Amino acid sequence: MAPTIAPVPKDLKARFKTLRQDMPNQDPIARGKNFQEVALGFDAEAAKLEAYRCIYCKEPDCVNGCPVGIDIPGFLHEVEKGDFSSALGILKSTNLLPAVCGRVCPQEEQCESLCKTGKSKGNKPVAIGRVERFLADWERAGGVAKPQEVAPATGKKVAVVGSGPAGLACAADLARAGHDVVIFEAFHKPGGVLVYGIPEFRLPKKIVADEIAALEKMGVEIVCNFAVGLTATLEQLQEAFDAIFVATGAGLPYFMDLPGENLGGIYSANEYLTRVNLMGAFDPDHNDTPVVRGKNVVVVGGGNVAMDAARTALRLGAEKVRLVYRRSHDEMPARGEEIEHAEEEGIDFTLLTTPVRYLGDDKGRVVGVECRRMELGEPGPDGRRKPVEVAGSEHQYPADVVVVAIGNGPNPLVPRTTPQLETKKGKIVAKDDSGRTSMKGVFAGGDIVLGAATVILAMGAGRKAAASMNEYLATGAW
Amino acid sequence: MEFLKQSFELLEKRELAPKVTLYRVLAPQVAKARKAGQFVIVRVCEGSERIPLTIADADPVSGSVTLVVQEVGSSTARMAKVPVGGCFADLLGPLGAPTHVAKMGTVVCVGGGIGIAPVHPIAQAMKAAGNRVIGVLAARNTGLLFFREEMRKACDEVRVWTDDGSDGKKGLATDAIREIQAEGPIATVIAIGPVPMMKFVSKLTRELGIPTQVSLNPVMVDGTGMCGGCRVSVGGKAKFVCVDGPEFDGHQVDFDELSRRQAIYKEDERHAMERLQKEVR
Ligand SMILES: Cc1cc2nc3c(=O)[nH]c(=O)nc-3n(C[C@H](O)[C@H](O)[C@H](O)COP(=O)(O)OP(=O)(O)OC[C@H]3O[C@@H](n4cnc5c(N)ncnc54)[C@H](O)[C@@H]3O)c2cc1C
Ligand SMILES: Cc1cc2nc3c(=O)[nH]c(=O)nc-3n(C[C@H](O)[C@H](O)[C@H](O)COP(=O)(O)OP(=O)(O)OC[C@H]3O[C@@H](n4cnc5c(N)ncnc54)[C@H](O)[C@@H]3O)c2cc1C
Ligand code: SF4
Ligand code: SF4
Ligand code: FES
Repeated sequence: MAPTIAPVPKDLKARFKTLRQDMPNQDPIARGKNFQEVALGFDAEAAKLEAYRCIYCKEPDCVNGCPVGIDIPGFLHEVEKGDFSSALGILKSTNLLPAVCGRVCPQEEQCESLCKTGKSKGNKPVAIGRVERFLADWERAGGVAKPQEVAPATGKKVAVVGSGPAGLACAADLARAGHDVVIFEAFHKPGGVLVYGIPEFRLPKKIVADEIAALEKMGVEIVCNFAVGLTATLEQLQEAFDAIFVATGAGLPYFMDLPGENLGGIYSANEYLTRVNLMGAFDPDHNDTPVVRGKNVVVVGGGNVAMDAARTALRLGAEKVRLVYRRSHDEMPARGEEIEHAEEEGIDFTLLTTPVRYLGDDKGRVVGVECRRMELGEPGPDGRRKPVEVAGSEHQYPADVVVVAIGNGPNPLVPRTTPQLETKKGKIVAKDDSGRTSMKGVFAGGDIVLGAATVILAMGAGRKAAASMNEYLATGAW
Repeated sequence: MEFLKQSFELLEKRELAPKVTLYRVLAPQVAKARKAGQFVIVRVCEGSERIPLTIADADPVSGSVTLVVQEVGSSTARMAKVPVGGCFADLLGPLGAPTHVAKMGTVVCVGGGIGIAPVHPIAQAMKAAGNRVIGVLAARNTGLLFFREEMRKACDEVRVWTDDGSDGKKGLATDAIREIQAEGPIATVIAIGPVPMMKFVSKLTRELGIPTQVSLNPVMVDGTGMCGGCRVSVGGKAKFVCVDGPEFDGHQVDFDELSRRQAIYKEDERHAMERLQKEVR
């Protein structure tokens, strides 16, 4: 959507002088022991003041930084005026899950990294994500929640495979266009990474559940316990549906193939987080699924997933959580805010270090990690300096739980059971933004196409695919 | 074909042996899609674990799958409380790679204890492929044996062995294999049961040079390859049992590692049982 051009304000100085509003957080010591949300959000006054920091640029760079091109000055202008309802209208016309994106988007690398206010000397960018979060929470708290309008039924049947952000966004747009939409999900609960991966203290599960309930209200049917490729093949679904969107994510956990990696107490981040988040292992009085609660936990990796695992371990009662990462602080791919939060909570960052083998006891449980130190060498093809091991630098840390969070690959289930579907390095090949795959009527998007990426990119891919699916369903042109 | 929300209603429930119960569950899509050697993941109710169970039989006409379950802990105990007409909260499947079925000659299907249930559909499929199938039912004593009739139907011949000699011949599954081997060549052995049984059968058949498939039962979570919790070493490489298996070449499996991984949660399992007992009171 083309950004609204608000009049260039006359009070630039006053705007520049307004400080970026702080978002209150739970106290670091207290929150290290509970699973409640860490960041507490803006109130209406803070949101209005924050919006006032926007100078309504004629060429708003922030919009270029947002993967889905939200009309940022447009909604900020409405927030500044206090018209939250109109602001929400603008926001939600592009971002279907603002309560989620406002919380988990890497804003500092996207919209906010390009904000002109942030480029002016000594100033920080407008906290766009936090204002989004405020609006979404305001709506959830009983603001105005306008019911979604649904077009008259088209009689077309569409299947969506996977219920992560890509699948949910696509399903919403398709339902709005009047199609009959069925979402198939392998797990017993919909939401994808939003429910099994990202922890409660960063994204309360109630938010995801409400989004899903809203979809169901629009007539979308969600069939859980259905693994496409196994319960029925993609080809069989093709017989029953006019079009299909595949959004099965990047759920294949990578291991490092180190000696001792199969010892008890060593988890992939996926397993660790799934046990805790989806299966509720943090609350053994209500859930049977166990997780090993370590005193000394070592997490391997430096991304968002590693931060989530480390902070989860702390909340499960670990005395010491050590994050082992092979490069330095600056290269860590996690969001700045998550790194900060982890540091505040007392996670030990052991940088320029890599595990080389795991040590176990006679029962086959992990008791320690042997590591080697690393040095940053020449820049590799990605421009990042390549870490190289320092010979003879072996040293050991005690560990009764290890979480390996070194990345995930594309989920192989659908590609492996659908030989005619074109893939590249395990990812489904989508021709262009439309999400068209090598099979007629089959579209794909999100992490299964991009590799492990972000919520907002997945949501954007779902919406773009929905638009091209609408076109395909109307014209039949492939 | 219709793809709708399924409700996993319990159609039939029968005790086969002490603590061993047959459940026939409504799951039409699974019944239609499943092949020999595949399993399902069941979550009995809110708060209970996702547990893997082999599809012991299926009927695509009535849309039901049959599970034979030994009560060993909280989830299987919760399962035993579901009445006919009640529902399991969740059931996902069919999972895992199907058994490689081909015409090979004489195929010996060994079921040890609860392993008799998972070996049954494999015997059926091997017979249908034109093999001469010898079923071996092995258990500690006669009271633990079940599926005798079903196995007779599925196999050309069935032999019973018990540890204490209370039924059939006295001895272990390995003794049964030696006996059959002495009568003529065996093309392949399929052995399913407790880990020690599979381990010793594999050890023997390696010496005898008989290809052997075993079906592994590690702790699982998702059952679709997303967690790696089910990994075991096969031929020195880590494999995900839920997608690469559950059947593997018995001569390559690290059984001791599997046993150790199965025992990780002993304490927690006790806690879950205590919680269940409190609820009941
Ligand atoms: C721990 C963690 C933290 C993260 N933190 C952030 C963050 O802070 N900010 C951010 O922007 N991004 C973050 N990400 C990345 C982000 O969550 C993903 O990029 C996003 O969820 C991808 O969405 P998706 O819809 O493509 O797939 P997913 O969310 O992965 O959903 C795919 C769904 O498909 C289901 N499925 C798979 N195969 C089948 C099948 N054959 N049949 C039926 N269903 C199937 C899966 O069970 C799953 O529910 C994080 C990821 C993880 C794991
Ligand atoms: C592919 C496969 C097929 C199986 N088929 C059958 C079958 O047909 N009939 C049958 O009776 N049993 C079968 N099992 C074993 C069955 O899954 C376990 O007995 C069951 O999970 C025990 O759960 P529980 O809560 O009652 O016991 P718990 O007290 O939780 O555990 C008892 C033991 O069961 C194992 N176990 C526990 N949780 C799990 C889990 N989530 N996944 C796997 N194992 C676990 C552990 O080794 C544990 O020591 C199969 C296992 C696998 C992997
Ligand atoms: S969706 Fe994310 S990138 Fe886009 S404006 Fe919102 S916070 Fe920024
Ligand atoms: S770049 Fe910053 S100041 Fe300019 S419109 Fe965007 S948010 Fe406002
Ligand atoms: S059970 Fe999770 S990967 Fe096999």
